[in-house]
Amino acid sequence: MKKFKEKLSGRVFFALALSSISALALITVFIIVNGVPLIAEVGVGNFIFGMSWAPSRGEFGIFPMIVGSVAVTLGAAAIGVPVGICCSIFLAEFAPAPLRNLFRPAIQLLAGIPSVVYGFWGLLFLVPFIRNYLGGPGLSLLAGAVILGIMILPTVISISEVSILALPRQYKEGALALGMTHWQTIRSVILPSARSGIVAAVILGIGRAIGETMAVIMVLGNAVAMPASILDPVRTLTTNIGIEMGYASGPHQQALFATGIVLFVIIMILNASAQYITRKR
Amino acid sequence: MRGRWIRTAAAGLLGLSVCLLSACGRQTAAVIIAGSTSVQPYAEVLAEDYALLRPDKLIDIQGGGSSAGITAVESGAADLGMSSRKLKESEQGLWSVEIAKDGLAVIVNPASPVGDLTLDQICGIYAADIQNWSELGGPDAKIHIITREEGSGTRSAFEELVMGDRRITNKAIVQDSNGAMRQLVADDPHSIGFISLGLVNVGERPVKAIRIDGVAPTRENVLDGSYSLFRSFLFVARSRPEGPALQFIEFIFSPGGRLLLSGEGLIAE
Repeated sequence: MKKFKEKLSGRVFFALALSSISALALITVFIIVNGVPLIAEVGVGNFIFGMSWAPSRGEFGIFPMIVGSVAVTLGAAAIGVPVGICCSIFLAEFAPAPLRNLFRPAIQLLAGIPSVVYGFWGLLFLVPFIRNYLGGPGLSLLAGAVILGIMILPTVISISEVSILALPRQYKEGALALGMTHWQTIRSVILPSARSGIVAAVILGIGRAIGETMAVIMVLGNAVAMPASILDPVRTLTTNIGIEMGYASGPHQQALFATGIVLFVIIMILNASAQYITRKR
Repeated sequence: MRGRWIRTAAAGLLGLSVCLLSACGRQTAAVIIAGSTSVQPYAEVLAEDYALLRPDKLIDIQGGGSSAGITAVESGAADLGMSSRKLKESEQGLWSVEIAKDGLAVIVNPASPVGDLTLDQICGIYAADIQNWSELGGPDAKIHIITREEGSGTRSAFEELVMGDRRITNKAIVQDSNGAMRQLVADDPHSIGFISLGLVNVGERPVKAIRIDGVAPTRENVLDGSYSLFRSFLFVARSRPEGPALQFIEFIFSPGGRLLLSGEGLIAE
């Protein structure tokens, strides 16, 4: 009886584990089956490097959106990564226990805020601020980058902090024993040793930023054009799907799935490189 | 310990299947309607009133967009489709009826001194030939053009009625609903957009509807043909509807149904 129970539990958990993997397989197959025919018809080069997106006229070029995704994500990284890494150093090295106990849950809470709330806040606060003080329509690359910069903070902070805390105590003790100051220890011992974890944190943060949809739909302006300045509206790959799926049918819908394939590949590359970097250590 | 885990998992699965089964046991709809999100709110109002008349005939209304609605009708997933665009050539085999007309209003911020434009000027703005309000008698400020997303019925109506074979500039900001468009125009003093005529005065913050070639966008002007920006709201079916679907359409064309649609801001004579 006991043996049977053991066996059964193994099977049940295997089945449940399988179901989560099969969900991934199902989604992947579905996206590919729906998207590939259009890419094949338009041509990979024309699809990825095409400058004009007008599905109702049979033009399917997503290059401005790839540029949009990259620009918004780099902007988010420029804002979120320095702040996030500094914050993780503070938490791991400087913060007294009571402060740390306040900061950590607060940062986790930041991760728990639904993205639509970030978007709504951006629309009501950030967008008018940019419109009134910096010019342009307010809905802009800048607004998206700021919102995403805030949204990637929890990812960057928690993973960097964990990788700093995971370092052997001897590293720090040795450095201090050699007469280094605390800051010298952080700069020349702790940060270099934790580099792979921090790089992984940055890559995962970037993955989060590039995949975010709802918050940026509301603040980016969604124009399918190459941005000339950070105050111009742009469209990302995710918002292209989000904003047009409601009315899309036929080749238009296939083109949105094809956009999904490109996004999927980008995110897979990012995740794989994050895994590679952490494993290498 | 392990036994408890399994029991928990089993209980969870059981609970889940009970939920699914009970969802199946819900009263099934007599008529399923799907399609244009422009028509959807009006269809919902009609369905609510119809439910008072015929509580036994449940009308289920879903969005999805004009094209999705037409596809659903063709595949038999829906009994009636709502469309805010004309039927394409490939869709001419379907049965359709115009339930009402909806005017299209070009809107600007109330603070804008511009209140009268020609159709050519609007076309020029959206094609990015005219980029500054000063060319139209307004302040020296860049025009913030706002449009709807590809595939939207409101956008295709605007393209057909205003743009002709010109293209809306790709620099235009894209919003994915009438509401978002209206909100943005109400916020941004240098913006221009277009929404359903019936929605111009809905919402707490005002927007200004532009007079086109001197004609104000009003119901009367749409009806007498002097205001040219309007589109038809269609109900579509695979073949001539029968039974509950036909009864619902008859209700829409009854005096009560007409009054309801007019009350909601549509043009239904």
